Amino acid sequence: MPTLNLSGAMRLLVLVAVFMAGIWSQSSGVIDDFIFYLPDIQYLAVQHLWLTAISGSLAILVAIPLGTLLSRPSMARFAESAMQVLNVGTTIPTLAVLALSMSFLGIGTVPAVFGLFVATLLPITRNTYTGLKGVSPALKEAAAGIGMSPGQRLMRVELPNALYVIFAGIRTALAINVGTVPLAFLIGAGGLGELIFTGIDLYDPVMMLSGAIPTALLAIVVDMLIAITAFLVVPRGVNPSRA
Amino acid sequence: MIRLDNLTKVFDTPKGAVTAADHISMEVPSGEICILLGPSGCGKTTTLKMINRIIRPTSGKVFINGEDTTSLDTQDLRRSIGYVIQQIGLFPNMTIEENITVVPKLLGWDKAKYRERAREMMRMIALEPDAFLKRYPSELSGGQQQRIGVARALAADPPVMLMDEPFGAIDPINRAVIQDEFLKMQQDLKKTIMFVSHDIDEAIKMGDRIAIFREGKLVQYSEPDELLAAPRNEFVESFLGEDRALKRLNLVKVRDLASEDIGLVRPDDTLETALARIDDYGYQTSIVMVNAKRQPVGIVSAAVARTTKGHCRDHFQSVPVVVSLDDDLRKVASLMFSNDMTWVPCVDDEGRIVGQITQRSITHHLGSRYRAHSGADTAVGEASPSSSATKE
Repeated sequence: MPTLNLSGAMRLLVLVAVFMAGIWSQSSGVIDDFIFYLPDIQYLAVQHLWLTAISGSLAILVAIPLGTLLSRPSMARFAESAMQVLNVGTTIPTLAVLALSMSFLGIGTVPAVFGLFVATLLPITRNTYTGLKGVSPALKEAAAGIGMSPGQRLMRVELPNALYVIFAGIRTALAINVGTVPLAFLIGAGGLGELIFTGIDLYDPVMMLSGAIPTALLAIVVDMLIAITAFLVVPRGVNPSRA
Repeated sequence: MIRLDNLTKVFDTPKGAVTAADHISMEVPSGEICILLGPSGCGKTTTLKMINRIIRPTSGKVFINGEDTTSLDTQDLRRSIGYVIQQIGLFPNMTIEENITVVPKLLGWDKAKYRERAREMMRMIALEPDAFLKRYPSELSGGQQQRIGVARALAADPPVMLMDEPFGAIDPINRAVIQDEFLKMQQDLKKTIMFVSHDIDEAIKMGDRIAIFREGKLVQYSEPDELLAAPRNEFVESFLGEDRALKRLNLVKVRDLASEDIGLVRPDDTLETALARIDDYGYQTSIVMVNAKRQPVGIVSAAVARTTKGHCRDHFQSVPVVVSLDDDLRKVASLMFSNDMTWVPCVDDEGRIVGQITQRSITHHLGSRYRAHSGADTAVGEASPSSSATKE
């Protein structure tokens, strides 16, 4: 067909590939192997999500007030250096953070949550800070000139207008978080990393994939959940996706 | 009433102390619009923003309705002053209704009252409440947004308003419309307004008084006509522009200069009578013919009257140019120039001729004010208002 455009052809190609993969996995018995790991996947996925939920919520609870505090005019002198420290923090590989937290806190859930917390903290703080700093000076002046107290200005004008950027930070941070949780297995916190790393050690691709594929799916689901939350929570007037 | 008493602001900059406002003392009477005018960096905005403490004064006091505001809480002070800024500053996260009701809510009005107030404000600024209240600022045009900005400032009915180049970001056509609307509202509202502008034409149009600033100092504070007629020094003179006599035309109404003495003919009069009357009144080219109600119906030209016999009703030309008593002299001058006339008949609201206005009366009016003030450059600021200007 001469009129078949590129995206149409791509779509067709993908459909064919998925279909072929289905035939192959059925005939070679891979599907049965996956089903063998299903109880493990269920148990570990729950554990995985708990690690994300605890470390993620802790990070949000700390990062938003921290970013807000740094964005206050009275903190302007320290803010830039503090952001530099956070930037340096982001460059430390997460595996190294986990190793460090294990050396101080031992093995188990606590050091894992701590390591994930540190990795997740930075993007949210940075976006909160940038978002609040990016609120137009005219808006802040209008809010002040109208007679809002500093607290009212923050809650009614600055945060609502920075919310979209803050949510972008949360989205990035949690995507990193879910993707990093498998490493937590290395310091004894469980999660889907158990299947991945054991699969690698045993040279068992099916076991490895039983960990890897759900991890990827979880990352996508968490990302979508946050996108939906942002869509609903960010006020319509400042929400590009609802314009 | 707003009274500033030796208001001073010194900014500490890396290059040393900069005095942005230097002992500014002035008073705006209740219900008047005072325009703060000057080039950028002259201290007009600083002065304005010290009134609601967006900028803290280094020294000096601000009195509002006789009360020293120094002792007032900053938030309370600001809530009692309407504030409009050039960048409009509507909150994009709030609907139009939420924007307008911000101050009433801060003041603790109950819901029914502030919602009704929002509808009232929308009617005042001539935007349909049902169509606009639930929308967001980004869905409105710039002109509509600034109307909402003004409505927000007026929502809690503050006695005093501060406006920082409020119409500066709006295109010229819309700006003129909004200025007119605002002046109309002000006739009923009678707010005491401080208004920063860098546009001399806007200042003349909007201001009951104009304060000219230069390098942090108040150079001249007077009524617009006074300012144009008697600029205090060369700076003011050059700031006002070389056509300042023409700018004064905006400020004077036909009513102030019209003379009741006008020569007319009726359709029944003969052309001889017309010619005689043209000569009597010194008209060079023509005379106006009116009907029984004194409404102008045409002109009889001198050339025709001289060469033809008969009655005026058979020999008149197109309806003449007329001006209304409430038109300003700028329009009159423009009509005179474009029609090559030295006088224009004036009509009242029913279109009846009530008098005439001549080019000579206009030039005499403008010139007499200059003559009165030449050589008396100390007597500015206290002079009589324009309404007592010389009549022809």
